[in-house]
Formats: sequence, C-alpha cells, structure tokens
Amino acid sequence: MLAREQSLPSEREAPIRGRALTKLYRVGEIEVRALRGVDVDLFAAELVVLLGPSGSGKSTLLNILGGLDAPTSGHAYFRDQEITAFNQSQLTRYRRDHVGFVFQFYNLMPSLTAEENVSLVTEIAARAMPAADALDLVGLGDRRAHFPAQLSGGEQQRVAIARAIAKQPDLLLCDEPTGALDSKTGILVLEAIERINRELGTTTVLITHNAIIADMADRVLALADGRIVDVRENASRRSARDLSW
Amino acid sequence: MRTLNRKLVRDLWRMRFQALAIALVVASGVGLLIMSLSSVEALEETAAAYYERYRFGEVFATVKRAPQRLSGRIADIPGVQAVETRIVKLATLDMPGLAEPVIGRLVSIPERGPPALNRLSLRAGRTVVAGRPDEVVVSEPFAEAHGLGPGDSIGAILNGHRRTLDIVGVALSPEYVYAIAPGAWTPDDKRYGILWMGREALAAAFDLDGAFNDVSLSLQRGATVEDVIERLDDLLAPYGGTGAFSRADQISNWYVTNEIEQQRNMSAVLPTIFLAVAATLANMLLARIIAIERDEIGLLKVFGYSDLEIGWHYTKLVLAIAGLGVVLGWALGAWLGRVNTEIYAEFYRFPFLFYRPGAGAFVLAALLSVGATLFGSLTAVRQAVILPPAEAMRPPAPPMYRRGGFSMAGLGGWLDQPTRMVLRQILRWPIRSLLTTAGIGMAIAVLVVAMQWIDAIEHMVNVYFRQAQHQDMTVALAETQSSVVLRGFEALPGVLAVEPMRAVSVRFVHGHRTHRGSVQGVMPEARLSLVYDAAGAILEVPLAGLVLSTSLAKKLSVEPGEMVTVKVLEGRRPERTVPVAAVFETYIGTPAYMHMAALNRMMRERPAVNAVHLLADDVHRDELFATLKDLPNVATVMVVDAAIDAFYETLAETIMIYVSFFAAFSCTLAFGVVYNSARIALSERARELGTLRILGFTRFEISYILLGELGLLTIAALPVGCLVGYGLAWTIVTTSFDTELYRVPLVIETSTYGIAMLIVLAAAVVSAAFVRRRLDRLDLVAVLKTRE
Repeated sequence: MLAREQSLPSEREAPIRGRALTKLYRVGEIEVRALRGVDVDLFAAELVVLLGPSGSGKSTLLNILGGLDAPTSGHAYFRDQEITAFNQSQLTRYRRDHVGFVFQFYNLMPSLTAEENVSLVTEIAARAMPAADALDLVGLGDRRAHFPAQLSGGEQQRVAIARAIAKQPDLLLCDEPTGALDSKTGILVLEAIERINRELGTTTVLITHNAIIADMADRVLALADGRIVDVRENASRRSARDLSW
Repeated sequence: MRTLNRKLVRDLWRMRFQALAIALVVASGVGLLIMSLSSVEALEETAAAYYERYRFGEVFATVKRAPQRLSGRIADIPGVQAVETRIVKLATLDMPGLAEPVIGRLVSIPERGPPALNRLSLRAGRTVVAGRPDEVVVSEPFAEAHGLGPGDSIGAILNGHRRTLDIVGVALSPEYVYAIAPGAWTPDDKRYGILWMGREALAAAFDLDGAFNDVSLSLQRGATVEDVIERLDDLLAPYGGTGAFSRADQISNWYVTNEIEQQRNMSAVLPTIFLAVAATLANMLLARIIAIERDEIGLLKVFGYSDLEIGWHYTKLVLAIAGLGVVLGWALGAWLGRVNTEIYAEFYRFPFLFYRPGAGAFVLAALLSVGATLFGSLTAVRQAVILPPAEAMRPPAPPMYRRGGFSMAGLGGWLDQPTRMVLRQILRWPIRSLLTTAGIGMAIAVLVVAMQWIDAIEHMVNVYFRQAQHQDMTVALAETQSSVVLRGFEALPGVLAVEPMRAVSVRFVHGHRTHRGSVQGVMPEARLSLVYDAAGAILEVPLAGLVLSTSLAKKLSVEPGEMVTVKVLEGRRPERTVPVAAVFETYIGTPAYMHMAALNRMMRERPAVNAVHLLADDVHRDELFATLKDLPNVATVMVVDAAIDAFYETLAETIMIYVSFFAAFSCTLAFGVVYNSARIALSERARELGTLRILGFTRFEISYILLGELGLLTIAALPVGCLVGYGLAWTIVTTSFDTELYRVPLVIETSTYGIAMLIVLAAAVVSAAFVRRRLDRLDLVAVLKTRE
C-alpha cells in the first residue's frame, strides 16, 4: 500500500487538469451551457467532492475528465497527455487503464457474480489486483459468489466500487454513489471509498448534492451554472463513519 | 388521430427495421403460398380450357391394324360421344446439323375439315390439303428447336422410303402438351417432334388404306370410363389392340396433372415454415416492447384505459407489421406466380396461358399470415393485459441468473467473464435461445430442401443412365424380328457390341389390382443394359419368373414368391401365371424383366427382338448414324448421352431458378431472426454494454458479448438446420415425388449442407453487422444516470 503524502495539495503536481472547459448541448431548439470555462486541477491522492445543484455541470465535468464526453472548447490533460485530443480507441485505453467509475445505479452485470463482475475489469486492465482482494477491500470477501440479484443495494454499490478500484486506477470517479441508498448503507459505501483513497492513494472525485458528504473531502469544489463558484479546503477530513444525514 | 394511435405510429417508426425484417418473413410465406396456389390455379384452368376447346380425347387405344368400318361399332359403345381413328407411326427424320437420327411421330389428320378430336392449335401457316401428300404440320417446340417454319422442308424415312416433307404449318396439340419420345423421360425437342400429315398420304405411305392403328374417344356425360375401355378392348383385341387407357393415363396429361399435384403439396410445407417463424419473431418483439413499456402500461391503466384497450393497442402493432408483410407478399406472390407459370409454359406447351390469379389465394394467404402472427403474439399481448397497474409501475425484479454448469470448477475456470455472460444469457432465456436457434435452423433447412434437388437429379442420372446403362444407344425396331437380325447390327460400322432386348405389352393382374405395361426380355449375361438396383447391385435375371421394380410390386401388391397373372396384349395373346422371383429399386418408371428365353417360351415364339443396345466406337459414330437413318426397320434411336443432356437441360435451369428463389427466402429468414434477436438483446442490454464501454471495454469486446451469444446460437443452429432440412426433404420427397413415373431419391451431398450453412452464416454476419453499427453509437453518458 502506498503511504499517503501529508503535504498540502496546492504544493503538489496535478496529474489531472482541465483548462477553460466549456460544454454546449443542443436539445432541440434550446442551447444548454453545461460548462462555461472551467479550470480545474486534481492532485495525486486527494479526495475531491463536487457539490452543486442539478444542472450545475458536475456530471459534465466528471464525464470530460473520465474520457466519456468531449468539451465544446478547452482542454483536459492526464499527466503529459491531452485527453481532449484522444481518439476513440485512446479514450477506451485511458478509461481501461487509468479511470475507475462508480455509478449511482451500480450498473453491475446481472449475469455475473460479485467476483466475476470485478474480474470483468481485472482481466482487461494493465496492473490489476486480484478480484478477491478488491472485494476484501470493500468488506465483501464473503459475498463474492453471489449474483447481483442476491445482494442488497449497498452491497451492490460496494461491488461496483471494488470493480472500479481493482484495476488500481489513477482516478476514481463516483457520480452520486449514495444517491440510491439509505443513509446507513450510504455511509458503508462512503467508508469503502474513503478506505480506497487512503490505502491506495487513488485520486478520487465524488459527486453529490449532499453537503454533509463534503466533510470527508480534502477539497470541495462548488459548481453553479457551469462554473466553479467556490473552492474550499477542509483543514481536517471527517471520517465517513462520523457522518450522518 | 387518437393519442394512443400516434404512439403506435411512432413506435412502429422507431423499430421500422425490425418491423420490416418480420414483415419480409411474412411476405416470403405469403408470396410462396400465393405462388403455389396461383400456379395450380393457372395450370388447371389453362389445361381445362385447352382440353375443352381443342377437344382432347378421353380414352385412347392403339392397334396393329384395324379396318375403318370398326369405327362405327366403336361409336356404338354406350357412352361414346365422338370417335376419331388415326394412323400414328414413327419415322426417322434427317435433320441437317444433327448426326444422330431424329424421331418424328407422324400423326394423321383429315385432309378435309378439322378432326373430331385432338384438334390442332395452328400457330403459323395452314393445315395440310388433299392431293399434296408431302405436306406436314410440325409441332411448335420442334420447329423452334430447329428453326423451322412454313416453306421449309425436312428429309424423312417413311416405311423404308426416303421422302422430303414440306412444312406448311406449325401447331400445338392438347395431346402433346408435354412431348416425350417413346422410351425417354424428359422432352427433347431437338430429337423428337410431332408431324401431322394428311390421312390419305400417311395411309398410302404405310399401306394402311381403309385401316387405322390409333383411336381416340370422347365420352358422353355420365359415361363410365372403365366400361367403355372394356368394350373397346373387346372390339380391338382381334386387330392387335394393346389395351385402351383413359386420359388420366395419357402420358402428356399425366405429367401435367402430376405437376399440379406436386405444386399443391408444396404449397402446404414451405409457407408454414415462414409463417411459424414470423409468429415467433412477432412474439419476441412484442414481448420486448411490452417489457420496456411496463410503466407506461401501468400509467395508462391508472388513467383509466381498460385492459382490452391496452391489449388492442399492442394487437394493432402486430397487425400493422403483418399487414405490411401481407401487402409485400401479395406483390411478391403475384410476381412469383407469373414467373413460375411462365417456367411451366416452357415445358408444358399451351397455346395460351390463363394467369388470372383469383382473389381466393390472396385472401387465404392474408388470413393465414395475419392469423399466425396474431396467434404468435398472443402470450405477449396477454402479459400487457394482465399486468396490474401498481405492479407495472415498479421496475421488474432483476433477472435471476444461476451458476449452472459454469461454476469455477472444471471448464468454467477457463472462461473469461464476457464468455460467461454470453453463456449465462443463453441459459437464462432458454426458450428464446431455442426459438432463435430454431429460426436460424429453418433458414438452413429451407436451403437444404431446395438444393437437394440438384443432388437428387445428379444421383438419378448417375444411377439410371450411367451405372445401369452402358450402351451408347438403343435402337428400337419397327417390327419384332427374329434374333438373326443381331448379326446385321454387329456388322454395322463402329459397332463394338450388340445386345438384344424384347419388350412385350402386357397387363399384369394380381387379385383386383392390374397394371398395363410391358415385360422386357433380357439376356442373363447382359453387360450393356443391366437390371440395376438403385442400391448399387446388378441383378441376375433367373431362368424362370419375373423381376419387378418395387414401384410395380407395390402397385400390384405382390412380394417375391407370389404369383402374378401376365396377360400378353400382342401376338397370340397368351395368358400365364408367373412367380415373382425378385424385386429391385429403380427411380424411373415401373419396369418388369424376364429372362429372354423365358419370355420367348411364354410368347410361344422363336427367339425374337424388338430393340438392340449398341456399344459403338466414337470414331465411327457419324457413319453409324448415317447407316441407321437408312435402315428400313429402325423405328427410333435413343442416344444415351443425348438423353442425359436433355434430362439436364429440362431440369437444371428450372432447378437453379428455384434454388436462387429459395436462397433469397432463406436469407430473409436468417436476417429476420438474427437481426431481431440482436436488436432485442441490444435493447435489453444497452445499459450493460454502455457500462462496459465506460469500464474500458473496446467496441469489439462489447460486440463479442452481444453478438457472441447470437454467434453461438447460430452455430448451434447449423446441425439443427441440417437435420431439419433432411427431415423436410424426406417428407416432401416421399409425399410429393413418389409416383409411378419416377421416384426422387433422398440424396443430400455433404457439400449441400456446407453451402446451406455458409449462406445462412453469411446472412447472419450481415445482420450482425447492422446491429454492430448501433453498438458504436451507444450513448455512454446516458448510461450513467438512467435506471433500467
């Protein structure tokens, strides 16, 4: 396990960067400006919470940084490479080797067991850990042979987290990971994310509109109307276990 | 338009390709059915009208030589309406450009006025006139094959005398719709033609003044054919009558009615396959739509729509698809029916063709296909109807998968996760997988059925012409002669071997079963024309007893060891009871053989022959043909190679047309099944596949998961399709093509299976490629947010 560096984010290099990102959607006659010139740096091993109301541009930003969506203008970089200049197969490669995704609705393969869902990713990634280890990390070592239909919502989401981190990604992107869960189960899931961030040193971005969750972050970026309107650094992170809503 | 209808139209537009794929399968079934039914209708109507207008006879008989005054006594037979006596003789024709002798059938017509029966349909020129004995009217197919017309002339040997005949007209006759030379099995318009000649001229040429050797009768309404035949036979027996027969046994008409019957049988089998697959596809599609629209159905019910209205809404969707299929099928069927009828018109020569498909076939096809698709979608519609509104608005429970046979132990450990997904998906929906496999299998089966004709014909030619007949030609003599004549043939130029043959017209009787045919006398040491069992064995004809083809044994219901009465219809007309020594299988005709010595004994005659098989040196062929043309006693020369060519020419082209039709149908079937299955699977699993793309799977890898399943089902369908194809071919061959004249063997070459599988695989790959393009356009961002 990597030891967590204790220095402040601002003094370290930012492996993931966004510069002047804008995104325009056309929905029929209406033009939607999802991002209006966003600059963002994500530092190694930090846990960032993106906070903001619906339509503020959180997901769009996450999708661009994760290589799922292209900005209308602006650039995004991973280390010394420009993500926004990647072609389709380079994007696939980037997602496969460097990015882990956790979805609001888990998106597990119903036809595969918990362990097989994780293996799905470890089989194709460059430097994956054993699927069983990833499930141990999220506390589901004893549920590995269960199919999604046999797991609770919280368990399914933790399998999804195990699936996302088993490849040892450089960037873990979680879009409303607790959105479909009750608070008790949600905290279990957040604990898993927190543990990954601490123990593996994975740069983690967590989208939520639940302000309480922001307390577990190193930094909180508040978005509104397609812009970052506030950046707050938490002097000390609260443990997910201590959160409640 | 009501809102619900607007939704229907939009739904249909959204899945237009799937709807079209199903509609095409429906259209294939409808088209095939209409083709069969309208061809049957056209052939029946055309034949009936032709026979009626041109007064086709109803009873026919031939005699050696009967006095013309007998005609009056024939007319007096109760039930007889009209009598036409004729002279019918064979002649050797000398056609420029053809070395071998060509056979002409000379048929007399009155020099004054039209014949009472079997009138000619004059296609060009005029009929013969009195006082010009060299004038002839020739049959149209023969004229076309040789480029002849009025004003041309041909050389012929009539009764040993060389004559030049002047063509004055070209005609068709209801008697020769399908013109087959004696001893042949397919028409050969180059080597066999009908020539109508004046009665007086023909009588003079063959010394038959005041006599006839052929008679046709028409009957009064209500007359019994059997009674008339019996009385006619009694009258003709003293003059060398060989037994009268009815129109049903007249060779040309027999072929026509047989073809109609086959077409009718075929109309039941193939459309059924297409409609069954269409019903299955409609069910699969509708079940998926209803699964997607679960909450909408719930909402509609909450709003107050009745279960019936919901059911009707989805029923209309199926009706729209089936309706489109019916309309396309109507157009296809009308076109195919015409093409099919025109193909028939090439072999069956009618002066006119009634192709006026009645509404009946169209209505029937529409009712059957709409009924089938509605029946198929019944269970799916029922799902929508019985869905309680509250439950409908909750998402369906996630599908339960089982580990099944793919546990970590054993083989399972070797499989990667995508492959596991493929296998579990198949096991999770076993019925759907089964139906998909069955559908693709049917596409292969249809092709196997179509292509087995090529194999069967090849096999028939091989067995009948190549293995059983080693002679180069068979020369039929005009009169039965002493076997001394063989020496003369041995001396002909290029002749390497000569083998005698004698055929005697007989009536076989066993209990109440009878058959009018002939017994062929063969030499036991025969090496040229063999008694050959289709299974591949050469039969030794024993010194005593009959060797019967299985088809004849079946008709007479006799087995080896039983006795059959043989009533000879020529010479001294002896009657004998003969044991059946053996039976053998043959594909063509209903032959019966006897040892030559036994036949001569039965006939109470010295060794005699009426045909010789010749083996000839190719180098001297033309010389031999030239000599044969001049021999007075030669009636016909059947050249084996030419017979094979004619056999292929007649059938090969037609078969290829049908095979290409069926290849197209089969591809439609495969496309319909694979495309629909893939689209349904894609709709169900778009989110899953999108997630995989986000997780870093390439397009190729997710294609593998979706299309791998279909690939596996397609591969599973290959052996199934071959097996079903074999079964279908067996059914069709045994029900439709097991006739007295020929029995199509069930022969399917390995390559046929291979080609069928390759064509269907190609169709599957093309339809998969269509779906693959959709996979490339998966909306990854939407996948993140939407709940299934």
